[in-house]
Amino acid sequence: MIRHYFRLLFMLLPLLWAAAPGSVLAGQGIYLPPEVKASLSSLNVNERSVAIAALIQDNSEEAAALLSALQGGVLYVQREENELYLQGPDGFTALTGTEAVNPERGRMRRVGTNIRQRDEIIRFLNIRSLKHPLAETRRKASAALLTAPDIEPATLRGLLAAEEDTVTRNNYTKILAIKTLSDSGAGRAELLAALRELTVLHTPEAQQLIRARRASSDPQIAQSADRALRQTEATIQHIALFETIFFGLSLGSVLVLIAVGLAITFGVMGVINMAHGEMVMLGAYTVWGLQQLLPGQADLAFVLAIPAALLVAGATGALIERTVIRFLYGRPLETLLATFGVSLILQQLARTLISPMNRAVETPAFMSGMWQITEHFSITCGRMYIIVFCLAVFAMIYLVMRHTRLGLSVRAVTQNRAMARAVGVNSSRVDTLTFALGSGVAGMAGVALSQLTNVGPNLGQSYIVDSFMVVVFGGVGNLWGTLAGGLIIGMVNKFLEPINPINGAILAKILIMAGVILFIQKHPRGLFPQKGRAAVQ
Amino acid sequence: MRFMKLAIALVTLGVMLGGVTARAAENTIKVGILHSLSGTMAISETTLKDAMLMFIDEQNKRGGLLGQKLEAVVVDPASDWPMFAEKARALLTQDKVAAVFGCWTSVSRKSVLPVFEEANGLLFYPVQYEGQESSRNVIYTGAAPNQQAIPAVDYLLKEMGIKRFVLAGTDYVFPRTANKIVEAYLLRQGVAQDDIMINYTPFGYADWQSIVADIKRFGSAGRKTAVISTINGDANVPFYKELVNQGITADLIPVMAFSVGEEELSGIDTRPLAGHLAAWNYFMSVETPENEAFIEKWHAFVNDPKRVTNDPMEAHYIGFNLWVKAVEKARSTDVDDVLKAIVGLEVPNLTGGKARLLPNHHITKPVFIGEITEEGQFQVVWQTPGEIPGDAWSDYLPESQDLEADWTAPLNCGNYNLKTKTCGGSGN
Amino acid sequence: MLTRIFDRPTRIFFLCALFFSAAVIIGACFPPDGLWHVSPYTVSLLGKYLCYAILALSIDLVWGYLGILSLGHGAFFALGGYAFGMYLMRHIGTQGVYASAELPDFMVFLNWKELPWYWQGSDMFVFACLLAVLVPGLLAFIFGWTAFRSRVSGVYFSIISQAMTYALMLAFYLNELGFGGNNGLTDFKTLLGFEIHSPTMTVALFALSSLALLLTYFLCRLLASSRLGLVCIAVRDNEERIRFTGYRVEHIKLAVFTLSAMLAGIAGALYVPQVGIINPSVFSPLFSVEMVICVALGGRGLLYGAVLGAFVINFAKSWLTTALPDSWLFALGAIFVLVTVLLPQGIAALFPRAWTLLRPLGNRMKYGNKNA
Repeated sequence: MIRHYFRLLFMLLPLLWAAAPGSVLAGQGIYLPPEVKASLSSLNVNERSVAIAALIQDNSEEAAALLSALQGGVLYVQREENELYLQGPDGFTALTGTEAVNPERGRMRRVGTNIRQRDEIIRFLNIRSLKHPLAETRRKASAALLTAPDIEPATLRGLLAAEEDTVTRNNYTKILAIKTLSDSGAGRAELLAALRELTVLHTPEAQQLIRARRASSDPQIAQSADRALRQTEATIQHIALFETIFFGLSLGSVLVLIAVGLAITFGVMGVINMAHGEMVMLGAYTVWGLQQLLPGQADLAFVLAIPAALLVAGATGALIERTVIRFLYGRPLETLLATFGVSLILQQLARTLISPMNRAVETPAFMSGMWQITEHFSITCGRMYIIVFCLAVFAMIYLVMRHTRLGLSVRAVTQNRAMARAVGVNSSRVDTLTFALGSGVAGMAGVALSQLTNVGPNLGQSYIVDSFMVVVFGGVGNLWGTLAGGLIIGMVNKFLEPINPINGAILAKILIMAGVILFIQKHPRGLFPQKGRAAVQ
Repeated sequence: MRFMKLAIALVTLGVMLGGVTARAAENTIKVGILHSLSGTMAISETTLKDAMLMFIDEQNKRGGLLGQKLEAVVVDPASDWPMFAEKARALLTQDKVAAVFGCWTSVSRKSVLPVFEEANGLLFYPVQYEGQESSRNVIYTGAAPNQQAIPAVDYLLKEMGIKRFVLAGTDYVFPRTANKIVEAYLLRQGVAQDDIMINYTPFGYADWQSIVADIKRFGSAGRKTAVISTINGDANVPFYKELVNQGITADLIPVMAFSVGEEELSGIDTRPLAGHLAAWNYFMSVETPENEAFIEKWHAFVNDPKRVTNDPMEAHYIGFNLWVKAVEKARSTDVDDVLKAIVGLEVPNLTGGKARLLPNHHITKPVFIGEITEEGQFQVVWQTPGEIPGDAWSDYLPESQDLEADWTAPLNCGNYNLKTKTCGGSGN
Repeated sequence: MLTRIFDRPTRIFFLCALFFSAAVIIGACFPPDGLWHVSPYTVSLLGKYLCYAILALSIDLVWGYLGILSLGHGAFFALGGYAFGMYLMRHIGTQGVYASAELPDFMVFLNWKELPWYWQGSDMFVFACLLAVLVPGLLAFIFGWTAFRSRVSGVYFSIISQAMTYALMLAFYLNELGFGGNNGLTDFKTLLGFEIHSPTMTVALFALSSLALLLTYFLCRLLASSRLGLVCIAVRDNEERIRFTGYRVEHIKLAVFTLSAMLAGIAGALYVPQVGIINPSVFSPLFSVEMVICVALGGRGLLYGAVLGAFVINFAKSWLTTALPDSWLFALGAIFVLVTVLLPQGIAALFPRAWTLLRPLGNRMKYGNKNA
C-alpha cells in the first residue's frame, strides 16, 4: 500500500506542480506559513499533526503536493537550520530555496508520520484523486474509498453521474450501497437494492452493516441480508479450504526441498549427515552475499544465487567428503559423529566470519505480491515460486540419478561397491560427486529458505530433524518417497493445525511426529520401501 | 601396583584441573558477563557482551573504579539453561566477580536465580520481562510489563482506535504473562472477549501461513484490528515475511511487537514493513546528545558503522552506571554494601531522562512507541511524558495485585502481601 | 562369576572411580584455603558429569552390545528428571513466590485450582523415585515393543527414536501439559527436608551419583558377562542368524532397551537436584546426539569408554566455554572430527595401547594372570 502511494507520488508531483500557480513550481519553492513550517519540523509527532490538519484545511495544490511528499516519506528537515527539503532522484531540493543542494545525509531527518496521520493524508488525497484526469488513478482512489467510505452521498452521486470508467462506476455504486445501509433513515426499496448490490463483497465494513440489518424487523430485508451473509460465508469457507491446500503444498515443498539433498547423502550413500542443515545455511548466505556484491539488483542476485549456491554448498560438500567422510565408509554411524563436528565448526564459522546476528535478504520484486486467481482468492507469489522451484529441483535430481552416467554409477556403487569397481567405476570419485550433489541441492534449498526464514547461523539446526523425518517416512533410498513423504507431511500438518485455535501449530507438529512413529512401526521401511539387493543391509 | 599410581596421578590431575582454577591478578575488580555466545540465543546476546566490554573499557580509561581496574570475565553459557547455573556459580565462587551482567531469556534467569541468592551475588538483568518476581540479588534494568505492555495497549486503544486484538506469542512465560496482563487490561477497558484472539506457537516457528491467514480473517470482521506480538527472536523473521507475502501492511492490520528491536530488524528486509509498531524504552533513533555520543562510541568500539544499538544495550548502560555509582558511594564492591547504596540512585538514560533505582529493584523508564521505517529503524510516534516506575507485581492479575516488593528496611521483602501484612506470597 | 565380571578394565575402572570419588569427598571436607580443597562448585560440576556418565552407560548398553542406536535416550533421562523434579517442586511449599502450599508456582500462574491427577502422590519420596524409573521404563517398553516386534531397525529406529524425543520436547513446551512449559521445574528448596543447595547436600548428591554410577557399571558388566550378554553381542553382529537359532530377538532387545531406559531415568533423577532445573531442552534431539557422541568418542561397547567419553566431552565443554568463549565450538568440533577419523575405536582404545607400552615396566604378575 505504502509503496503504491510512493509510486503514485512520483506520478503526481510533477502533475500537481504543473497545474499549480507559478509559485509552487519545482525550484521556485513553496511558501509555508512559519508556524506550519515550525510544527512540521518539530520533533514531537503531535505537533506535526497540527501542521497536517492545517494543510488539509488549506486544500490547495501546494498543500496536496506537500502532503503527498510527506506521506511518501520524501520530506526532510535539515537538523541545524530547520529548513525543509524534498528528496528527489538527484538529491535534496530546498522547499523554499531555489538551488538544489546535496547536504550530508546524516544531518537530514525525515519528517515522520504515524499511521493515523498517513490515514488522514491518504483519505484527503484520495478524495482529491477522484477528480483526477487519469482513469487508473480514479479507480484506485475509489477502491480505497470502499474500505473507508467517508464521503457525502450527494458528492458521490455527482461523481457517479460524471464518471465513464466502468470499474470506478461499479465502486461508486457499491460505496453508495454501503452508505445506504449505514443510513438509518433509508427506505425499504433502497435497502433491498443495496443488499443485492453487496452480495459477495468482502469488505469488512460492509459485512458488519449487513449483519446489523439481519436483525431488521422487516422480514424481507432480514432475509436478503441473511442471504447476502450466507453467500459471503460460503465463499469464505471455500477460500479457506483452497488456502489450506495451498499452504499444505507450500509447506510440503519446503520439506521436500530440504530433504531431497539428504535423500542423496543419507538415503543413497548412507551417511548420517548432521551437517546437512549447515549446507542449507550456506545456500542462504550465498543469496545474502550476492545481494551485497550486486547492490540494487536484488532480483538478479537472487537468480544468480541458485547456481552459485549449488556450487558453494557442493564444493563445501566435496571438501568434507574428501577430508573427513572418505575415512569413514563402512562405518555409517560414525559419520554422525564427524559430521556433527563439522556442523559445529560451520556454524561457528558463520558467527565469526559473518555475524552472530541474522542477515537481511531482500525479496526480489517478482517474488513479492499476490497472485489473484479469482476475485476473492489469491495466493502469494513467493510461495508459488517455491513450489515450482521445488518441483524443478526434484526433476533435476531425478534426471541426474536416472538418466546420466553419474547417476548410473551412483546407483551401481551403492548397490554393490565391489562389483561396480570391478567393472571400472571409479568409486571414490563417485562418492565425492554424490556427496557434492546432495550438499549442493541442500544449498539450493537454502536459496528458497532465505525468502521464508532467518538467514543466520542457526538456520540449519532448525530443519535437521524435519529433514531426517521426511527421508525416513518416504523410505530411505527412494527419491519418490521423499517427494511423497514431504508433501504428505506438509499437507496433513496444515489440515491438523485448526484443531486448536490457541496452540494448534504445536499440537499439529506433535501429532505428525507421533503419526510418523506409528507409521514406521507398521511399515518399517517407509512409504516406498527399497527393493532388491540394496535393501538388505 | 603401577596402575594404582597412574590412577592417583589421574585423579590428582582431574581435581587440579577442575578445582584449582583460582586466578591471579588480585588488584582488579572482576565483572562477570553471562551472555550466550553460541546456540540459539547468540543472535541476541552477543551484542550485549560487546556492549559490556565497551562500558568496562571506557570505565578503565576513566581510571577504573575505586582506584582499581575493572576486568571482564566472559563466559559462554551456550544457550543451555543448566549451563547458565553452572557458569553463574563459577563466576561467583571461582572468579569471585563483584557483579554479573547477563541472561536474556526468562528461563536462563530462573535457572541462575537460586545460585545468585545462595552465593549472594549481584545480577543485572537487561531485558524486558514478565515481572512477577523481585529478588534481593537481581537488579532488573529491563522493562516490567507496566513499562511496555500497558502503554502500548493504551496507544492502540486510544490513539489508533483499535477494536479487535490478536495476541500472538511464542509459548513461554513472557508472552503468557504479558498476554494475561494485556487480556485482563483489555477486558477492563471494555473490549469484548470475542474481539480477542490468542495464539501460541513454538520457538523458532517458521511456517506462519495458516496463522497469518487466520489473523487476516479475524481482522476482516469489520472493525479495526491490531496484532500484539510477543513472538520471540527467530520466529519473527518468518512471521513478518509471511505478513508481507499475504499483503498485510501496517495500514490494514498493524503489528505491535514487544520483542522486535533494531537488532531483529537488521535481519529483515524492512521496506515492506514500514508502519508496524514496537514498544520499547529506548530507540536508536531518539535524538539526544547522550544517545548520539553513545552511538558514535559504539560504532568506534565495534569498528562497524552499521551496527545498531537497542533497548537491552541501554538497559546494560544504565545498569552498569548504577553499579559504578553505587560502588563509589559504598566505597566497596561487597554485594551487601552495594545493594544498600544502590536503591534510590539516579543515572541519566540515553533518551534525555533519568533512571532511578526503586526499592523493588526495578528502574524508572520512559516508554516509546516506534514505527518501523524503511531504513530498518524506528521513528518515535508516541512517548510517555515522563518516566514510569517499574512494577514487579502486576496490578492486573488477581494472584499478584496485593503483592509489593521493597528491598529497603523495614520490609526487605520481594513479595510482601499488603493484605495479610506478611512477607511471602499471596497465601492462597 | 565375580572374576568374570571384574575383568581387568573393570577392576581398573572401579579402583579409579573409588579413588576419584573419595578424593573429591575428602577434598570437599578440607578447609577452603587448603591445597586439596575441592570447592562445592567443582563437586556439583563433577556430580553433573557423573549423571551424564550414567546416561552414556545406558546408551552404550544398547548401542555397544545390541547395535541399537537410540537417538532419543535423552527423553528417558528427561522423564526421570521430571519425575524427581515433581517431588522437589511439591516440597517448595510456601517458600515459592506465590506461597501456595498445594500448587507449584506455575500452576498458580495458570490459574489452576488443583493438582492434575498425574501429580498426585509425587510428594512422596519413594513414589517419586519409583516414577523416575518406571515412567521411562514404561515408555521404552511400549516404544520398543511396537518397534522391535515389527522389526524396525538400523537408521529407521534411530530416526523414530529421535522423532519420539522431539515430539516429547514439543509437548513439554506446552504450558497446558502441566510441567511448567519452557521454564520447566526449578527453584527447588529442599530435598528430604535438607537445604538443597547446602555444601553438605552437594557432597551427598555427588556421593550418591558416584554410587549410582558404580552400581550401574556393575549391572552393565553383570549383563555383559552373562550368557544374555553374549547373545546380545551375537544379535548385534548378526541378528538373522540368532533368530534362526531359536532366540526371540525382539524379547532380548526389548528387555535390554527397557533396562537401559530405566538407568537413564535414574541418571535424570540424580541430575535434577544437582543442576537445579529441568526444562524441555533436555528432550531436544541435539542433547541425545551429544550423548551418543560421548559414547562414540569414548569407545563403544567397552562401558568404561562411555564413562570416559562423557567426562571428557563435558569437561571440555565446561572448560572451553570459559577459556575460549568465542571460539570453543571450533575446538569441540575439531575434537569430534579428529577422534572419529584418527581413533575409530574411541579414546578408550588408547588404553590397551598405552598398557602395551607400559607393560614391560609394569607388573608382570598381573599381566600373566589375565591373559591365561
